[in-house]
Amino acid sequence: MSAPVPLDLLVIGAGPAGARAALRARSCGLSVLLVDENPGAGGQVWRPLPAAFERRGDAPPSPEARDGDALRHELRRSGVKSLFGHKVWNIGSDLRTDVIGPDGSRSWHPRALLVATGTTERVVPFPGWTLPGVIGLAAATILLKSQNMLPGRRTVVAGSGPLLLAVANGILKAGGEVAAVVDIASRGEWLRTLPSLTGRPDLVWQGMQWQWRLRAAGVPVLYRHAVRAVESAGNGFGVRIGPVDASGRPLERAGVERVWQADAVAVGHGLVPGTDVTRLLRARHRFVRERGGWIAQADADGRTSVPGLYIAGDGAGIAGAAAAGAHGEIAALACALDLGVLDAGTHARLRAPLASQWARSARFGHAMAGLMALRAGAVAGIAADTVVCRCEDVTRAQIDAAVREGARDVNQLKAWTRCGMGPCQGRTCGDVAGALVAAQVGGREAAGFFTGRAPLRPVSLAEVAGEYTYADIPIPKAAPL
Amino acid sequence: MSARTNNTQPWDAVVIGGGVMGCSTALHLAQGGMRVALVDRGPLCREASGVNAGTLTLHMTRAALIPYAMRAWQMWMEAERWLGMGVLATGVPGLTLAFTDAECELVEVRAKARREFGAPIEVISPQRARQIEPGLHPSLLKAGYCEIDGFASAYLTGRAFRHALTRAGVTVFENAPVEAVDSGDGGHAVRLAAAAGLAPLRTRRVVLAGGVWIENMLAWLGVNIPVKVLINQLVVTERIRPVMRTVLSVASGLLSLKQFANGTVLIGGGWQGEGDRERGGVEARPQNLVGNMRLAAYAVPALSEARVARIWLGLEAETADAMPIIGDVPGASHAWVIGSAHSGYTSGPFMGRILAQHILGQTPELPLFDPARLLGMPMPGA
Repeated sequence: MSAPVPLDLLVIGAGPAGARAALRARSCGLSVLLVDENPGAGGQVWRPLPAAFERRGDAPPSPEARDGDALRHELRRSGVKSLFGHKVWNIGSDLRTDVIGPDGSRSWHPRALLVATGTTERVVPFPGWTLPGVIGLAAATILLKSQNMLPGRRTVVAGSGPLLLAVANGILKAGGEVAAVVDIASRGEWLRTLPSLTGRPDLVWQGMQWQWRLRAAGVPVLYRHAVRAVESAGNGFGVRIGPVDASGRPLERAGVERVWQADAVAVGHGLVPGTDVTRLLRARHRFVRERGGWIAQADADGRTSVPGLYIAGDGAGIAGAAAAGAHGEIAALACALDLGVLDAGTHARLRAPLASQWARSARFGHAMAGLMALRAGAVAGIAADTVVCRCEDVTRAQIDAAVREGARDVNQLKAWTRCGMGPCQGRTCGDVAGALVAAQVGGREAAGFFTGRAPLRPVSLAEVAGEYTYADIPIPKAAPL
Repeated sequence: MSARTNNTQPWDAVVIGGGVMGCSTALHLAQGGMRVALVDRGPLCREASGVNAGTLTLHMTRAALIPYAMRAWQMWMEAERWLGMGVLATGVPGLTLAFTDAECELVEVRAKARREFGAPIEVISPQRARQIEPGLHPSLLKAGYCEIDGFASAYLTGRAFRHALTRAGVTVFENAPVEAVDSGDGGHAVRLAAAAGLAPLRTRRVVLAGGVWIENMLAWLGVNIPVKVLINQLVVTERIRPVMRTVLSVASGLLSLKQFANGTVLIGGGWQGEGDRERGGVEARPQNLVGNMRLAAYAVPALSEARVARIWLGLEAETADAMPIIGDVPGASHAWVIGSAHSGYTSGPFMGRILAQHILGQTPELPLFDPARLLGMPMPGA
């Protein structure tokens, strides 16, 4: 293994927060490495096209594609060193960062590490959620944005939050059919978010356009409803949909459930901040339901409890893409200040406009995050035989039984049931499993979160081991006989 | 259960430390008729006992401990019977591999030494080894072979013991760190941290079963016996197609390898990571991670393509002579200590049983390991 390469700042994640942070840090004079597992910068919101794809000449690019292209252009000219298609798989307590790419594993040793890894989609499980053809809302946006692909011919779009409207409109725009939009929230909840849109006429306008398009296409929008089950039916699905109360709990009235025919379901119940890195590095965390769940404790500039470790963007608590860019730049300025390349006066002058930009954007983002927050009744309503951990096929009944037997936190639950032990390492089930345990042990703090472990992304033994002979293995002295 | 327990009547025994050794001691004391409390600063079996590689092998057991390990192996295989719940213990043959001349020598010497203590280990040709385990690297020169080997899923240990302890009437206090043991005439008072919200546990007898923290526990009773802390790295892969069926180790003992029924492969062997008694396991050492994975992928080349799902650390205790510390606390009355067995998970259930026999006034099935021998013994390399 070659020695880690020293540098000032390593940024993980090239979405709005990470990319803007890298640009700002570079402009302050820091040496910056930006790493992302995707083929280019942009993150989920400005997702780049896959290699070998190009936009058709006659189709005007969407505003998001335009913004993404501008960001990628700016990065190329900035002096930020970027590694795309590379995975950060391990980080040491001294911030040594191991990165795997096509040429094997290499290590960097930054003075500061900024984590901008965004979020993971949450799905509150229901029977059939693991069937092929049932995908996340975020997954549907990837299909639509990066490859102009439809999830199916006729899609049920279900769950909560602004992605519902975005996905339904994306499908209509790409020529697909939306069977129904199924929203846990009520129309009233949406109306109550309107004050947060003050100062964002662009978003008001976009929202109205989306509503009009749904209406024009005759798409039914079912508020206070949820998908109860997806069952295979012929070449498609029968999607059982019924009403819920404000907590998301299914209402059991006779005759209220209806089966909708579709061949795809896009479903998501909000976003969970990605805390893999901060958990691995044992930063302090706190549970904030309306920001997505567990997040690393940090000050307004993204400084965590671990010296040299910063967070920005939705991974620091959901505030939306618009706020993420400003947050990334604020955190980058904090790095520059802490690393001594910026004096306090300059820092304050540069930070002030970003702070007001962040506050304006975060107002709306926080309102949306509130709509996407996990609802207790939805978790309580998960049926006993429904799989919660899809990597290891652990059902709700198995989780409840383990808690009854004495697994009083999620890590003991993990040991006793394998919930969260599979390839995703609990990224998919962790939030819901935590809520199920919390309901019986007196809260999310008591239930805790899965201990962070390397690798942050799965790596093969061959990738880590590299080329070697037996003589290259530094076998320590034999154990005592 | 804990809050309602009548805490005014003294316990017959309080066991401090809820790993395999402490759980087994508490269980066997309760089965012997005692009223027992088990206290742990965290949940049951979540340190070494729950995170070790689960190897139930004789190849890596210290020669003198073979008779203990063989009895414990039987206990693990029959866990459903005496715990009421299993730990997926699976009996398969074990092979210890030699790829160099020096390792061949080591295999011969170590097999002989362990055979003398009753381990049915024979040295076999590479051809025969590859008949038993076809996926082995073709450069294999020699192998030690033992029919008695196997593995458990260590993460299930806490669940199984909790089930058994509950049935046996042992009161379990989890997340209750002990701050001190005050000893006086006729008994001890086990003082718990304020956060536990419990009055001191008054008891006739106290058993210290704190794994790598035994050194600190002995200090409560004024006894100074150094215990070294090993920080073992462990790696588990995602589920893969069947690539092996035995438990594999190398002559030096620095590899343990097995594939569970669910398809995951666990790579251990005691490569050292960062950490200490105070902070626990902190992180893997990159060069040791690479070394351990190279060794695993060398032994079974098909493992190269497996993806690593998780890396973690487990603490192991070692005394100055690398033998267990099981018996009376020197100079203390009605106080016992148990721990620091090499391959402690393998032997743990049996070690707890023989200490319980001793405390109950019976003759243990096999001799204990007198802690007094370690007083004043210098720690090698210290």
